[in-house]
This record gives sequence, C-alpha cells and structure tokens, in this order.
Amino acid sequence: MSIEVRNIHKNFGQFKALNNVSLKVENGELLALLGPSGSGKTSLLRIVAGLDFHDAGQVLFSGQDARDQKVKDRGVGFVFQHYALFRHMTVFENIAFGLRVQPRPVRPSEQKIREKVTELLKLIQLEWVVDRYPWQLSGGQRQRIALARALAVKPRVLLLDEPFGSLDAQVRKELRLWLRRFHDESHITTLFVTHDQEEALEVADRIVVMNQGRIEQVGTPEDVYHNPVNAFVLNFLGNVNFFHCRLAEGKAIIGDTALEVPGLSVDQPKAAKLYVRPNQFRLSRGPGKGTSLKAVVEFINPAGTLVKVNLKADTGERLHVEITQEEYRQLKLVKAMAVFVSLKDVSYSEYVQTAA
Amino acid sequence: MNTRTEPVVIRRLFIGIALGFFGLFIVLPLICVFYHAFSKGWVVYLQALAHPDALAAMRLTVITALVAVPLNLVFGVAASWAIAKFDFKGRDLLLSLIDLPLSVSPVIAGLIFVLIFGAQGALGPWLRAHNIHVIFALPGIILATIFVTFPMVARELIPVMRSQGNEEEEAALTLGASGWKTFWMVSVPNIRWGILYGIILCNARAMGEFGAVSVVSGHIRGLTNTLPLHVEILYNEYQSAAAFAAASILVLLAIVTLVAKTVIEAVIRRGHTA
Amino acid sequence: MKPGFVKKSILPGFSLSLGFTIFYLSLIVLIPLAMLFIKSSSLGMAQFWSVITADRTLAAYRLSFGTAFASACVNAVFGSIVAWVLVRYSFPGKRIVDALVDFPLALPTAVAGITLTELYAPTGWIGQFLNVLGIKGAFSPFGITVALTFIGLPFVVRTVQPVLEDLDPQIEEAAASLGADRWQTVRLVILPVIFPALLTGVTLAFARAIGEYGSVIFIAGNMPLKTEIAPLLIMTKLEQYDYAGATAIAIGMLLISFVLLAAANYFQWLTSKNLGKV
Repeated sequence: MSIEVRNIHKNFGQFKALNNVSLKVENGELLALLGPSGSGKTSLLRIVAGLDFHDAGQVLFSGQDARDQKVKDRGVGFVFQHYALFRHMTVFENIAFGLRVQPRPVRPSEQKIREKVTELLKLIQLEWVVDRYPWQLSGGQRQRIALARALAVKPRVLLLDEPFGSLDAQVRKELRLWLRRFHDESHITTLFVTHDQEEALEVADRIVVMNQGRIEQVGTPEDVYHNPVNAFVLNFLGNVNFFHCRLAEGKAIIGDTALEVPGLSVDQPKAAKLYVRPNQFRLSRGPGKGTSLKAVVEFINPAGTLVKVNLKADTGERLHVEITQEEYRQLKLVKAMAVFVSLKDVSYSEYVQTAA
Repeated sequence: MNTRTEPVVIRRLFIGIALGFFGLFIVLPLICVFYHAFSKGWVVYLQALAHPDALAAMRLTVITALVAVPLNLVFGVAASWAIAKFDFKGRDLLLSLIDLPLSVSPVIAGLIFVLIFGAQGALGPWLRAHNIHVIFALPGIILATIFVTFPMVARELIPVMRSQGNEEEEAALTLGASGWKTFWMVSVPNIRWGILYGIILCNARAMGEFGAVSVVSGHIRGLTNTLPLHVEILYNEYQSAAAFAAASILVLLAIVTLVAKTVIEAVIRRGHTA
Repeated sequence: MKPGFVKKSILPGFSLSLGFTIFYLSLIVLIPLAMLFIKSSSLGMAQFWSVITADRTLAAYRLSFGTAFASACVNAVFGSIVAWVLVRYSFPGKRIVDALVDFPLALPTAVAGITLTELYAPTGWIGQFLNVLGIKGAFSPFGITVALTFIGLPFVVRTVQPVLEDLDPQIEEAAASLGADRWQTVRLVILPVIFPALLTGVTLAFARAIGEYGSVIFIAGNMPLKTEIAPLLIMTKLEQYDYAGATAIAIGMLLISFVLLAAANYFQWLTSKNLGKV
C-alpha cells in the first residue's frame, strides 16, 4: 500500500513540530525518516499511524483520505520505541492479541491462532521464548516480539519508531540486517524513524532527512550522501570539514594558498564555504603539481579500516582527514610531521553573502 | 572506610533510638490491646465477641465497607484514567480537590452531612415528609464513610497509571482492539495490583472510621453502632476487657491489612525488576 | 467541550471518566462542603465572630493546633531517624519494623485511643513511670501530643523513605572525595535533598493531627478550656443541637488549616524549586 501525506502541519503550543510536510511512500518501499531529536520524525510517524492528530493537511492510504479512519481500521503495524509489550501477558499472548480482539465473525479459531503465532515465532527465530513474560527477555528479543505482534494482524504498512534505538551496538547491527532481509522477502511498505545516519544509509531504499519540522531532502542513500541539497543534510550524514574561502577560476583561495577544486567553475570570484569529507583529501610529503595547503600532523589514529589523521593547516584550520592504511604506510606519517594537502573532491559548497 | 556510613557507635545509637521510639509507639500499644482483651480470660473474651450488640456492630461495619469501597473503587478507576491518561487544563486543581477530604477533620465530615440531611438540615423537612432516614441511620453512616475514604483508591492508582504511560494502550489500538477491549484487556490487568492495594487501604479506613461515623450514627445499640463505636461505648462504660476484646478484632483487621499490603508491595517490586 | 481544553488523544473514555469523576466529586465532597459555608452565611458576621472568639473556642483551637504542631515536630525528628535507619542500616527484624510503620494508618483510631489511654493513664504501664517523674501522661496536652505523634508517624517516614532510597550514592562519594567529613556530607548534601520531602511529610502529619478525633478524645480528658480539642467542641455543640455554633467552629478550623497548608505548600515549592528534577 502506498502512503501519501500532503501539507501536514502539527503544533504543540508555540512549537511547530511539523511545518508543511509532504511525502509519498511507494508501495513496497522501505523508507527511513532521519533527523535529530525534535525534527518531527516521530510526530509524522504517529500521525500516519493515527496515534496523533495533525492540525492541517491530509494523510492518504492508497489514495484514500484516512481522516475518518480510526487507528484500529487503518491496518498499520506499529512498533514502539520501547516496544510497549503487554507486561502482564506471555510472549504467546502478546503476539496472539491482535487476532483475539478481532470481531467474532472473523476471529480465527484457537487452532489457527496457535499456528499463526508459531509461524511468527519461527520467522523471528524465537520459538523457545513462547511462555516467557516480556521482563524475562533481552532488549533485542523484545524488539523482535514487538515486530511479530505487529505482523500477526497482517498490516498493510509497517511503522517502526526508533526500532533499534535502545539496543547494544552489536545487536543493533544484527537486527537491522535482519530487518532488511525481512523486507526483501515480504515487500511490506515500511516506514521507520531513526536518528542514526549509518542505520538509515544501510537499511533504507530511500531516506527522508528531516530538520525542525520540515523535510530537507528525500532520496536514495547514495543520493543524499553524495549530493546533499544543503549543509544540514551534509553534516547530518557524516563528518565534514569546512573552509571559509574565496572561489575564483576553479580554485579555492584560503589565505595565501590557492587550492585546486576539481569540477568547479565560477564566473566571478565569490566568498564561499567549502565542505569536504574526511576521505576527500589527498596527502603528500611534498607540494604536488597543483597548489596545496601546508599542514602539520597533530594526531594519528591508525586503529580501524581507515587511518584518522588530525592536521593543523598553516592558515589555522584544523582538518579531520581519513586515508587508507596503504597510503598511511607509504607516507610514513608521524606526529609533528609537515604534509601537503590537496583536494580530491568537494562535497558541497555554498556562496556566502558578503556585506556590501 | 565506607564513605556512605557512620561510625559503629553512631549507627547503633541511631538504630537504638529508632527502635526505642518504634517500640514505645507501635509495639507496646499492640501488646497492650491483647493483654487487656485477655485480662479476664478466654471465656470473657469470647462472650464479649459473641454478644448480639457486638455481632450487630460487626455486621454494620462490613455492610458499610461493602458499599463504600466499591463506590470509591469505581471513582478511583475513573479519576485515575482521566487524570493519568489525558492532558487537560485544570488537572492539578482536580488532583488537589480529590485530596481535599484528607485535610478535613472527620468530625467536620460528619457535620456536613448532618447539615444537609439532619432534622434541621437543608433536606431535613423533605426527608421527614417522605419518612426517609439518613442521619442516625445506615445511609448517613455510609455517606460519612465514603467521604472520609474518598481519595484512597484514586491516590494509589493515579501514580501507577501515570508511570505506565499510554504506549501499551496505543499498541492495543493499532492491533485492532476497540476502546473497551483495550481498557479491560490491557489497562485493567496492568493496574490490578494497584487496585487491590487501594481496596485494602480503603477498606481498612472504612471499617475503622470513628469520628465521622460517630457524628452521624446516633449510637443506637444493635442498630447504628459500627465496631469502632461499639468499642467506645464499652470503654466508656468501664467494660475494659469487653472493649479491648472488640478492639482486638480491629487490630487483627489492621494486621491483615499490613500483611496484605506488604505482600502486594513485594509482588509489585518483583514485577518491576528486569 | 471547548477546543483546547484537552489535548486530543486516541485513547477513549475521556468525557465519560472525567464526567463521572467530577459528578462523584461534587456529590460527595464539593456540594456537602459548600453546604458548610452556606450554613455559616446564615449566621451573620457578628454571631460567627462571637462564636469563634469565645474563650472556650480559642482555647480549643490553641490546644488543637499547638499539640498538632508539637507532634509534627517530634515526628520530624524521630520519623527522619526511623526512615534513615530503615534505608541505611540492616538489623534483625527490619522488614517487620518496615511493615509496622503503617500500623497507625491501618489501626482504627478508636482502638489507638483506648490503648494509648490505658498505657498512659496514671496506673498504666507507661503512666506510672511518668507519674514518678511528675508528668501527667493521659488527660493532659502531653497525652494528646502522644496520640497525635502515633497517628502522624507513618506520614513522615513514608515520604522521607523513598527520597532517601533514591539518593544517588555517588553524590555522597563525591562529597567525601572532595574532603567533606561524614557530618558535613549529611548536613550539606543529604539534608537539603530530603528537606522538601520531610516538609511534605510533616505537613501531612500536621494536617491529619489538627482534625484527629478518635485517637485523642479518650486520652484528652476533655476538660473545657484545658484539654478540649476543637473537633470535640464541634461534637459537643452538635449534641446540644447548636448547629450554628458547630458550623462556625468548623469553618474557623478549616480556614486556619487551609492557610497553614497553603503556606507549607508554598514554602515547600520554594525549597524544592532549586533542586529541580534530578
């Protein structure tokens, strides 16, 4: 089922939780709502579910306005951030709940319920906890039970609020791969909220980046990472260095140095901010053929897939640079050594209005 | 040395002071009741309890509690649902108004019902015309008891419901449950221990209430005497052993209440671990 | 219902539950209490004033509020110690002591009254020793204070205890690591944190003690001007069918206690405001 929201507004007193948000989720898509806390992503998810009410705008399910549809009739499976498992029920009863509360004529038989619950427990690989209570389970297990409970009623869309937010790093990684695989098999339209860019980039088909109640950008992970529409998206999706500079004739002029900027063309000199990802720098021991920035190594952390190097440029900027282990060995970097920095690429640049 | 404790001397001194105070104010009275109750032997004790007036008093006490507690329970559930689950203007005011009966003297609680239903009261002439007895009769006793125990269930339930939040109810609704089903299958089971806790405390106070009931009862033996009033009459007639025998039943009620309360607290605590 | 009165929610039953709550509250508490004030308005100011400023009334007020205050002070000290001992130390029988703290709440007040009277009477287990010391146990303000202390103990212990339990051990360790000795830590770190709770507990005990009847009338002696508490005076007026007098005294009592409680709440708000929500 496709979901569309049109011009949604939602205020909490003076605070604008959602400010004219429009979005279309395609049928069978796995979509991440990504943003810092307070960006409105959870509000949007709850409004889609029918758990909260919007002040203005429309929510459409498969093109139908859902305004008068009660939560119970919307066919959404909602997984809460803290799972909201029924604490007085066993795992079995939790998963069976949605089936048991169906109106008598359509309610499945006890036998059918048992089969369905067993099938779901098999799906989440937790058959052996069937008689336990929620408090006897680990966070990761509760998370999967909450998912199974939501799936039991065959929802048309699955909504997950920070599904991995309160889990250990290791479990979180496993579960998000599991969710991706599950979605590839079930193709159920899924919308999940997260503040973790890595999670969104790894799992989602498309990412919606939100900030202060507005949507900043919608796109594939590749798209939002490599072609951010503004500095917020760029910043939120990973570490970035930035320089104040003047752009002229394909070069960025920082102090006395003119750095060559690949793929840049400007008609006339302009003041600008230049954003560079840590892996977009090239380091060398001598000044290369292009002009480059002289810097001193302040700190090196070689533990990891990439080597993290902190530099202080002669112009005063501090740079966070990532190079491969191979480059690190070739350069024989040590602390306090002088290096030369040039640019492989630039993520994003924006022009700064200079005072007239 | 552990930075979170005191020298042994001070620790012992404190434990000594606490236990001494405690023994003087709690344990000694407890022993005193049973000592006096049995001061004239088993036979007198049992005779005192089997006296028709004593039995009538016990019956009246039970009837009063059987009416007052369920009414306050329904109120407590409704009030805690509205206050804990919803965000509305005037919620704090409502909370203070619910607690109001706790800061009103029981004697004043009795007085207000006399002012309404008494012979000179606002509804007095009308009640007399229709031959309805409220004051110096069962309805008055029940009303005064309800007033005095009014907030006791609500006060226990509101914090419990608040701490549980709304998520489980929301989950039930997204799973297709109706409002009633959500209430009965999710909300009520979650507060069942809180409900029981509230009932027990409310019941103890309802059965033991003295001041308010004393004002509205009229002290008619065998008819409008509750057990605490029965104790008073016997004591004032210098039938000390009989008075303490009747009192011992109320002490047992208090002890059962405390045991039940402790057990429920343990169960609740166990449910919150892990 | 006006828009904006309640935050819209998908949970059902708001109107029903709030409606019933307000209906029941009005029926049982608000309307009856309002009757008290309606009745008093029929008195006229002069008559009202003459009743509540009569010597006997003033003596009763003084006794009720005085003994209530004294018992609240006793409980502030000993209640805190009991709470501290229950939270911090372990000793045999601790769980029983903990459970029995609520005994005064569970015990019908009349039973407490006759028992304490029996104990503190001149021939009683405690009274005979007090006699030797020249203290009159029962039938004196001392006896009244004893009864009110009994009634008020659980209020103080049960409000201070949870705050002590929740106290972060690290703040004491931090104080000690910064060079504070134990007494400084208790005085400068622990007491300020538990103070608002202590004040709440003492206020609750005080409020309960002001209106207390059952546990007091047996031990009080009930001599007009000397050992007659305000609730008893109301009772006496009622028995003489002096409804106007009873109402006036009741209103006076309610007004004084509401003012005192409001002051206590305000003071508590002042002291707890700086602690924030830790």
